[in-house]
Amino acid sequence: MRTIIHLVKKEFLQILRSKLMLRVMTVLPTMQLIVLSFAANYDVKHLKVYMIDLDLSPSSRLIATTLEGSKFFDFQGYTFSQKQAFDALDKDKADIVIEIPRDFEKNLVKENHAEVQILINAINNQKSGLANGYMQAILNEVNKNIRGEWIGFNPDQTISQIDVVPVNWYNPTLDYPTLMVPGVLAELLSLITILLTALNIVKEKEIGTLEQINVTPVTKFQFTMGKLLPFWVIGHIIFWTGLSAGRIIFGIPILGSLWLLEGFLSIYLFVVLGIGLFISNLAETQQQAMFVAFFFIMAFILLCGLFTPVENMPQWAQWLNVVNPIYYFVEVNRLVLIKGSGFKIIAPIMGGMVFYAVAINSLAIWRYRKTT
Amino acid sequence: MSAIAVNGISKNFGEIQAVKPMSFSVKEGELFGLIGPDGAGKTTLIKILVTVLKPDSGFATIDHHDVVKDYHYIRNIIGYMPGKFALYQDLSIEENMKFFADVFGTKLEDNLELMGDIYKQIEPFKKRRAGQLSGGMKQKLALCCALIHRPKILILDEPTTGVDAVSRKEFWNMLQHIRTQGISILVSTPYMDEAAKCDRIALMQDGSIIALDTPQAIRDSFTYPIFGIRGANNYHLIEKMKSFPHLRSIYPSGEFAHLVMNQEITLQEIEDFAAKSGEKLIESKLIKADIEDCFIEMMQHG
Repeated sequence: MRTIIHLVKKEFLQILRSKLMLRVMTVLPTMQLIVLSFAANYDVKHLKVYMIDLDLSPSSRLIATTLEGSKFFDFQGYTFSQKQAFDALDKDKADIVIEIPRDFEKNLVKENHAEVQILINAINNQKSGLANGYMQAILNEVNKNIRGEWIGFNPDQTISQIDVVPVNWYNPTLDYPTLMVPGVLAELLSLITILLTALNIVKEKEIGTLEQINVTPVTKFQFTMGKLLPFWVIGHIIFWTGLSAGRIIFGIPILGSLWLLEGFLSIYLFVVLGIGLFISNLAETQQQAMFVAFFFIMAFILLCGLFTPVENMPQWAQWLNVVNPIYYFVEVNRLVLIKGSGFKIIAPIMGGMVFYAVAINSLAIWRYRKTT
Repeated sequence: MSAIAVNGISKNFGEIQAVKPMSFSVKEGELFGLIGPDGAGKTTLIKILVTVLKPDSGFATIDHHDVVKDYHYIRNIIGYMPGKFALYQDLSIEENMKFFADVFGTKLEDNLELMGDIYKQIEPFKKRRAGQLSGGMKQKLALCCALIHRPKILILDEPTTGVDAVSRKEFWNMLQHIRTQGISILVSTPYMDEAAKCDRIALMQDGSIIALDTPQAIRDSFTYPIFGIRGANNYHLIEKMKSFPHLRSIYPSGEFAHLVMNQEITLQEIEDFAAKSGEKLIESKLIKADIEDCFIEMMQHG
């Protein structure tokens, strides 16, 4: 135990001495958290719309004014030529082209049925999906108003239909920072701790200090703990600094128990540090460690559900997430902070993490013995 | 009693036989030198002895403990200085020493007497980071750290490589001092001139020991007449002298060329032959073979 304390002391001495490392560990994650949470916003606004109006009727003008009035669309203008509209799509001057055919109003009145054509630039499928949704909503609105006018009644009273009004529980205003901060924080924390551990140990290998340590009574277990504990503490500093920043700057809700979150964090850090340790055993140089670490971290981040809902992924990808620590941390962060879930809800995940931590660290230490 | 005993130790890396099966022992209180060029297998052998590498065959003991089975005991009683500087460059001299003292569960002050002059020389710079020290100072620091727990046996891998001539001499004096404190020392070096400072040496080549004795006995075993000659241009001189009858070998050594003959010959005969070939000798003398001459002889004709 005394040896471990000496090792930890030495590690802190080195970390505090390097100004760059200190910044990498504190300032950078906080900055990234702020910038990323502001920037990573799935709201789609300012979609550029061109309109080909071949009807020039009051109804088509109603569509135009509704579009103009919407905050989701930037109305770019009218044209009569399809070619011109397609050019605008080609040159990225328009995201959507809406075409109102000749006799649109006539058909609507006579046949009680009319068609409009919508062309959407689908390079970005998320954007085009949302654009489609918004456009449908606007056309429905217009449809309702037009019919109301013709029939001569207040549309809201006359037409009886089922209206679905969604209510967003736990995040009523669909505030993006509320969704993003816990997620981004989980990612940054995992990224930094995995990289720091892996690189730190490989550095000792590279410059030969590990060989010197190996020829001392320090055991593998003591050495490993001497490496893990300092980064475990640093992981805590990063997380709580980040969460405070999120609270102060974005006012993210904190509904659940912070002690519960701390408990989970304590276990979680042993998982990510264990992964870093494992990587350090695979690599001989810092460069190799960096590549191996990035390989894992990229996969973890892309699969973790922050950018694409896990439920939309193919089955095999969902299975991969079983070993994705970031997936669990994002989940727990959101459950505790936004939903206010208690220990009973978190317990199964926590149990899994304990198992994971023991497994990965055992694997790492076992592998470590074999290589020397 | 032997401090180190090696019995048929060997180690292969794939196809390469880094250490071929070899045996030798180092007596207690002895300063033993492993002498050989780069790639002779010195470092591999040392890594096996300091328990960081497992041998493929054979066994070795340090202080009567097996290097594979009792590695934990051995790590407590040896001081090891790797060939590459392996202390923390971002920690100061003082911090490095304190760290290693802590790890061995001892105190820096307890062993200052053993380090004697070595520590006194680096003490004025104790606040300086190890990475900012000169080569000679780094080496002294590494030696201090290896001695910090008063080891029974000190093992040094090429401690003088890349160090200037004055520091090298100083360093060997320190080793002599340490030996008087009853510590057995195993040291490897590629410098043949350092062999004379050891009690006994093993000459190594291609993973084998080609000679093992006291430096004096090895020099005495060299029986051929050997001359040191020097001309205006030693390179041309060597080329010309290669056709000298009864020549055994000729090679440059410092500012001289060493001429080894198969039979007795006079200085006059050498001068005459050189003059006939158009090379003027500035100096020529009968010399006594040094370790390097012995090594070259063994490599070429052994």
